[in-house]
Amino acid sequence: MTTFATAPSASQRRNLYTPHKMRIVKATDEAPAVRTFQLQFVDAEVAARFSFQAGQFGEYSVYGEGESTFCIASSPTRKGYIECTFRQAGRVTSALADRQEGDIIGFRGPYGNTFPVEHWEGKKILFIAGGIALPPVRCVIWNVLDLRDRYQDVSIIYGARTVADLVYKHELADWDQRSDVNLWVTVDPGGQTPEWTGKVGFVPAIVEEVKPRPADTIAVLCGPPIMIKLTLPVLAKLGFAPEQIYTTLENRMKCGVGKCGRCNVGKLFVCKDGPVFTLAQLNELPPEY
Amino acid sequence: MSESSILQRASLGAWLEAMGRAGQRVLAPVREADRVVFATPSAPDQIATGFVQTPASAKAVVFPPYDEMLRFRANGEDVHVEEPSIAAEPTVLFGVRPCDAASFATLRAVFTWDSPDAWFEARMASLTVISVSCTQCDEYCFCTSVGGGPGSTQGSDILLTPLDDRRWLAEVLTEKGQAAAALAPQLFAPANGEAANKEKVLAHVPVRFEAKEFAQWLPSLFDRTDVWKEQSLRCLGCGACAFVCPTCSCFDIQDERVRDQGTRLRCWDSCGFRLFTLHASGHNPRHVQSERWRQRVMHKFSYQPERLGVTGCVGCGRCSRACPVDMNLGEHVRMLSEMSV
Repeated sequence: MTTFATAPSASQRRNLYTPHKMRIVKATDEAPAVRTFQLQFVDAEVAARFSFQAGQFGEYSVYGEGESTFCIASSPTRKGYIECTFRQAGRVTSALADRQEGDIIGFRGPYGNTFPVEHWEGKKILFIAGGIALPPVRCVIWNVLDLRDRYQDVSIIYGARTVADLVYKHELADWDQRSDVNLWVTVDPGGQTPEWTGKVGFVPAIVEEVKPRPADTIAVLCGPPIMIKLTLPVLAKLGFAPEQIYTTLENRMKCGVGKCGRCNVGKLFVCKDGPVFTLAQLNELPPEY
Repeated sequence: MSESSILQRASLGAWLEAMGRAGQRVLAPVREADRVVFATPSAPDQIATGFVQTPASAKAVVFPPYDEMLRFRANGEDVHVEEPSIAAEPTVLFGVRPCDAASFATLRAVFTWDSPDAWFEARMASLTVISVSCTQCDEYCFCTSVGGGPGSTQGSDILLTPLDDRRWLAEVLTEKGQAAAALAPQLFAPANGEAANKEKVLAHVPVRFEAKEFAQWLPSLFDRTDVWKEQSLRCLGCGACAFVCPTCSCFDIQDERVRDQGTRLRCWDSCGFRLFTLHASGHNPRHVQSERWRQRVMHKFSYQPERLGVTGCVGCGRCSRACPVDMNLGEHVRMLSEMSV
């Protein structure tokens, strides 16, 4: 005769939602209300076990305030730390913004799928980003630049509302100096300063002006919904096929492990099946992202 | 594994006592003011009979409204984190309806399809479900449209069917059921062909639609904005439907803090709330109530069947009984199912 309770399995004893402690080793103010943290695991064993790939995300937490979802903004080619860049918007991000170098925050991840950067070797890569959507793209940019000889031309088109809103200003300057990167930085009309030497215009217009060629090219596109909506027709006109265009979705999430239900789009979970999708894949989904 | 026997209703007290002695917490439908709720009965005559359905489901047994996931205390610049124990209390859930017993399969699919949830698994592992067949139903019931039935054994460890005022037909269905029956074997007498009388006493729940068939072409109705709007114009977005639903499992994760101490809680949530999908930027993928209603129907009747192989509805009718503006899921889905393509 069997007994009532069966012995718990290994998974029955593991709390999926326990974050790892990470120390803020460097905090950088990027733009008004936008900060970057460089983070290291407090536990050396966790640090040794940890690995991630371009495009993955995590749940960052301030104990007592809650968790927020951000991509890992640093490249997996840079070992020993991860970085996240966030805009102060609600309860958790406001509490995060108050943290200083040396403080401990929580992290669980990495979650989600990845940009297939290895499959892109030998191709030209075109990055198009707007505003606070540069961080998820920046992860891929550095991944490609750190393995530069494996790729053909690397082009970056980045825009923000104003000059002040541009993030990673030092890195933009760095990419601008490099002869192996084509960079166009733009600000929305009215967002320029007298000293501004970059472009003025919305991202879709700049893409139209730059006229990237689709042959042998992968486009990584990330930005606010309105930018995506207006840039896609431009890329289509230039001859880009939906299979050549990649993006990462920013649906609201809580659990990160396919249970809480809020990133559900059609039969997919953005946290498990995404966040990285090709336009061809998105075209098969209900437009709820 | 099914074995049928006869249990005298008068022996229930002795059986429940034996469960208590075996270290089981017993939860059963108990009258509380004008409602029937799941609670530990102080005596067997406290267990409610003659009701169609409890207003709230029994899902809280495996998925409580508030679940403490972490406790923490600030400790200078560092923080001290404590993980609550994942062990679950051995529990007998007595007297749920067959629809509720069936709902655990949907919850199990959500919580274990990938990265199994520890609390859920522990609670399910220590749960024994003893359900009671329905001899009556009301206009909100539609279990027969979603693969269930008033005498369905799905999800039960033991199913009891009242043959008359004195006797239950007991179908022992699983090992857990055998263990529960073995606590008082003297109470179970051979059924002697009485099993054949089960169907005669069951309620007649009309079939309104065929969920399996409907799942095939429901996605083609996605763009029928007019229909989704018409069905949900009066929806208040209050979330009552999700909170009483036995299969709704969407949750939020929130921290509560008093000075330097706090807890991280998992709380019930609903796709009917505007905040559920609202981005920090202000963009909302489902920004009007009709889109949230469509998500509710699509998720239960198309996405979950396709992705997890389970229907996200057991036809208990609670959402419709609880709805303050009288939206009726069974009827709305029947109307959708009749919009043949």
